Amino acid sequence: MSKKVSRRQFLTYTLGGTAGFFASTMLFPMVRFAIDPVLKEGGGVGFVEAGLSEKDVTDTPQLIHYDVEAVDGWYEFIEKRTAYVFKNDKGKIVALSPTCKHLGCTVNYNGNPKFKNEFFCPCHFGRYFKDGTNVPGTPPLKPLDEYETKIENGRLLIGPVVKA
Amino acid sequence: MLRAIYDWVDERLDITPIWRDVADHEVPEHVNPAHHFSAFIYCFGGLTFFVVLIQILSGMFLAMYYVPDIINANESVKYLQDEVAMGAIVRGMHHWGASVAIVMLFLHTMRVFFTGSYKNPRELNWVVGVLIFFVMLGLGLTGYLLPWDNKAYFATKVTIEIVNSVPFIGEYIGLLLQGGDIVGAQTIARFFAIHVFFLPAALLGLLGAHFIIIRRQGISGPL
Repeated sequence: MSKKVSRRQFLTYTLGGTAGFFASTMLFPMVRFAIDPVLKEGGGVGFVEAGLSEKDVTDTPQLIHYDVEAVDGWYEFIEKRTAYVFKNDKGKIVALSPTCKHLGCTVNYNGNPKFKNEFFCPCHFGRYFKDGTNVPGTPPLKPLDEYETKIENGRLLIGPVVKA
Repeated sequence: MLRAIYDWVDERLDITPIWRDVADHEVPEHVNPAHHFSAFIYCFGGLTFFVVLIQILSGMFLAMYYVPDIINANESVKYLQDEVAMGAIVRGMHHWGASVAIVMLFLHTMRVFFTGSYKNPRELNWVVGVLIFFVMLGLGLTGYLLPWDNKAYFATKVTIEIVNSVPFIGEYIGLLLQGGDIVGAQTIARFFAIHVFFLPAALLGLLGAHFIIIRRQGISGPL
């Protein structure tokens, strides 16, 4: 540890350090400003009315259309969403997003007569079983997104995507 | 580590002479505040440039959120100011920096004037400096409209009225600035283009000329 620091080195380090400090006080706010989308909490949607009463939900997935109040930065708008709703074997109400987990096309239930009781994606022939699980050997690698659901006063409400 | 990287590049590309040429020059005693404190008046030009750099940087970042359009302009400014982290600071830098730049530019002009530095052989650089002054005023003028609030709108109305009062060609220049029949959608689009593309490009060119000339001619002698 007997390494000598020359006068020139000392000045270089102190001047460089000070300049770096000033530069960072200038740059920090701007960089923090720019990376805000990554650090900001996503504005999650709450539960919204699905336009369906509990007793209308059957064993067969039916496509429902509903509205969500969405916010994109300063822009607020009504987002049209769709979901496949049905009662599974255990009698639990399931709402699946029809967006294919392969590349984001829209899947259809019984969309292909060859594959009964499956969701079918026309883009690359991706398939999912009725419970949303992807059929092995087809393009999608993950099951369809599932929305949280709840029943209030006999009406079906749909919430955010269930976190895996 | 840094040293090693520098040496590696330098060995191949010989970059030392390039930055030496830019950075290595004598600072005469009469302009060095370490010798005579009153020489700080010679710093105003450099300070103006520093503020311009801050303006360019903060402006680039503001452009990440700002939308130049009559529907979204004010909303996007409100959003970046109130909702985005550090938004008030970044916009504040650009807002106050705009005024500081004009003040510094003015002080620099006063220094050059009262030390007689504009005299032969430096008249040309004075002319370039005055052009820079106009470009900076233009930046201030066009930037003022962009938040699209009442102050911005009426300031621009007044500006265009003033332009319209120029004899003979005033009406045409006014229409050219306004871009349409009213101060509106077309005005904000062209003010934005002028503010972030045309004038900064002109400013950088003129600053380059300003600096090349001062390096070629050297700083004027002591009083």
